[in-house]
Amino acid sequence: MAIEVRIPTILRSYTGGAKVVEGAGDTLGDLLTDLDSRHAGLKARLVTDAGALHRFVNVYVNDEDVRFLGALDAKLNDGDSVTVLPAVAGGAFGFAAVAAISQHRAAAAGRVAHDAAVVAR
Amino acid sequence: MARYDSLLDACGGTPLVGLPRLSPTVPDGAPPVRLWAKLEDRNPTGSIKDRAALFMVRAAEEAGRLRPGDTILEPTSGNTGISLAMVAKLRGYRLVCVMPENVSTERVQLLRMYGAEIIFSPAAGGSNQAVATAKQIAAEHPDWVMLYQYGNEANARAHYETTGPELLHDLPTITHFVAGLGTTGTLMGTGRYLREKVDGIQVVAAEPRYGELVYGLRNIDEGYVPELYDATVLNRRFSVGTRDAVLRTRQLVEVEGIFAGFSTGAILHAALAVAHEAVREGRRADVAFVVCDGGWKYLSTGAYGGTLADAEDALEGQLWA
Repeated sequence: MAIEVRIPTILRSYTGGAKVVEGAGDTLGDLLTDLDSRHAGLKARLVTDAGALHRFVNVYVNDEDVRFLGALDAKLNDGDSVTVLPAVAGGAFGFAAVAAISQHRAAAAGRVAHDAAVVAR
Repeated sequence: MARYDSLLDACGGTPLVGLPRLSPTVPDGAPPVRLWAKLEDRNPTGSIKDRAALFMVRAAEEAGRLRPGDTILEPTSGNTGISLAMVAKLRGYRLVCVMPENVSTERVQLLRMYGAEIIFSPAAGGSNQAVATAKQIAAEHPDWVMLYQYGNEANARAHYETTGPELLHDLPTITHFVAGLGTTGTLMGTGRYLREKVDGIQVVAAEPRYGELVYGLRNIDEGYVPELYDATVLNRRFSVGTRDAVLRTRQLVEVEGIFAGFSTGAILHAALAVAHEAVREGRRADVAFVVCDGGWKYLSTGAYGGTLADAEDALEGQLWA
């Protein structure tokens, strides 16, 4: 038995469109290296140059977040199910809109501070 | 206490009820493993968000950011919008909610009933259009106040000061706290409080794993992690799919008579996982989990009846938590 890996839509260009691929490895890091040998480029989308999981990627082993199981060192067993997902918060619309507005507000606050500094001069 | 000066004073202080039928059976002589539900649907507008809304508005008032008659802008169609609408009405503010025009009619009706004004962004444009609309509105109204629940410390503080102490008072033997992960406010605030007071407490997150349609267009390079989130507060984090969330939501009402929304089903799924683990390991456990809201707002999904596969289809593409 191998380890089943669920790939999110956005990364299926690396798996020839496959939703689920199989791989092997004693740890998550090993598994990703194994997958990369058949799906070149996939690992680089999930792991940073510094060798950590990308901040906006969540990986789950049997539905549990690997960041609490040792991250790339998380131990795997045959028959495990691994799921890769982009990080989204609850209320996807809400956070997207709020993040946009908060950026705008930060920019506006910056402008106000700049204008005040100009006036002060 | 059962008498309050106003509805706002009745926020929090929710019951913690045992689940004798859903708690796992342990072998003879083994220590007990018990599940406890914190009924947050018993808040003034029927969800846990009342706590955060009240604390965020009060904090903004104390900081001088909100003055009588001001307008609060909240881009959400969810429970936070409903809670803020109630608090805004009672504290004398105007609330404007921005939301895509394809949200359910009961959400729109609820928000309007509580006095919120609604600005719709075109459904066809998806989340990009929603962001563009939100930016445009913010640019046109620089004086409107955004409370920004994903980064507002008062959101987490509400739970540090109320939810956490209530749980410890009602269940001094608590070993696990399980809640949903959205803004992360509930888990950060309650989790920090319990970690300070209870040796060895396990703080467990349950996050919804939606249907593929929701993640479809999410770019991994432009993901989002709420500013409030601090992973060191958590011990474990579970991802719960739609089918498991629906199954547990139905089980909760069928077995224990608690009618909850689907995010609660996801949380119960994680709570049962840690409870059964404790049974296997022969350890005592008092697992408290959050019932975020009642099931009323989700009836129109049709996901409370029919087969699980039908329910899963009905919720595909929806943000059910």
